[in-house]
Amino acid sequence: MSACNTPAALLSSAELPKSPEGDPVFAEPWQAVAFAMTVRLHEKGVFSWSEWAEALSAELYRPGRKADASDYYDCWVAALSRLVTELAIASGRELETLTKSWQRAAEATPHGRPIILENDPLR
Amino acid sequence: MSEHHHGAGEGHDHHHDNHFTDMEARVKALETVLTEKGLIDPAAIDAIVETYETKVGPRNGARVVARAWSDPEFADWLRRDATAAIASLGFTGRQGEHMRAVFNTPETHNLVVCTLCSCYPWAVLGLPPVWYKAPPYRSRAVIDPRGVLAEFGLELPAEKKIRVWDSTAELRYLVVPERPQGTDGFGEDALAALVTRDSMIGTGLALSPEEER
Repeated sequence: MSACNTPAALLSSAELPKSPEGDPVFAEPWQAVAFAMTVRLHEKGVFSWSEWAEALSAELYRPGRKADASDYYDCWVAALSRLVTELAIASGRELETLTKSWQRAAEATPHGRPIILENDPLR
Repeated sequence: MSEHHHGAGEGHDHHHDNHFTDMEARVKALETVLTEKGLIDPAAIDAIVETYETKVGPRNGARVVARAWSDPEFADWLRRDATAAIASLGFTGRQGEHMRAVFNTPETHNLVVCTLCSCYPWAVLGLPPVWYKAPPYRSRAVIDPRGVLAEFGLELPAEKKIRVWDSTAELRYLVVPERPQGTDGFGEDALAALVTRDSMIGTGLALSPEEER
């Protein structure tokens, strides 16, 4: 990825965990995937910066956050899901159904095979 | 010549080798929907994630290797009981519990294969390379490890034996690369900087001090 592609806008997201060099840091791989998807959607103009900032704030400043902020990317995913439903890309129910489907697919996948959605026995 | 090893537990019947946490499954669900609608391309997402390769997880394997290079007693412990030796450095976690360390020597090179169900120990090794997920990589690495390594730019002398280790749901592998020349007197921080992700899965070697600079 070239320097001009760096997700400068998303790096200004409120409270984003960063390294001393200013790069985003992730505790687990899914967090990096969530970040990357948001970068792409924003780059493509699926939502504006202010739409994103607003959705993220709504989740970050919700009561009941963890004191150590270890749920930062849980909030991020909630904000992204909210935008996806608000923009009618998918319904909340669709996302829930797919989430459960992925979980069943993982459980049904034997070791050594890639986990694919088709492995969900109920699909 | 090469040998193919399976870890303990191979052949047992495991119904729950794989598991997604709620958040992992949610992110997969979003990825599925956004891909179906043509809004994202998974390859583009992988490419972005790969640029953050060194920013994901604690990546504490390099410190384990650096300690093993510096402290023969620790190296010995790591060889006998990697799980306990790694935990002694304070590195534990969902993904890092059952580890075995395999040591490269002048005679033998070790290579770990895995198709990334959920057994890749990213907390220790950092993010896996994108190509690591490809099923053909796993089968080819078993059949022709020397050829696969050559493709990654690692040409090993013909007399060097290659051992291929297949991760299981219970046991994950950490390759301890050979300590590079010209590192006498290096402290653990300086040594850890030479230990790349690729050197800990066996598709590369540890960097020399010149390469690191």
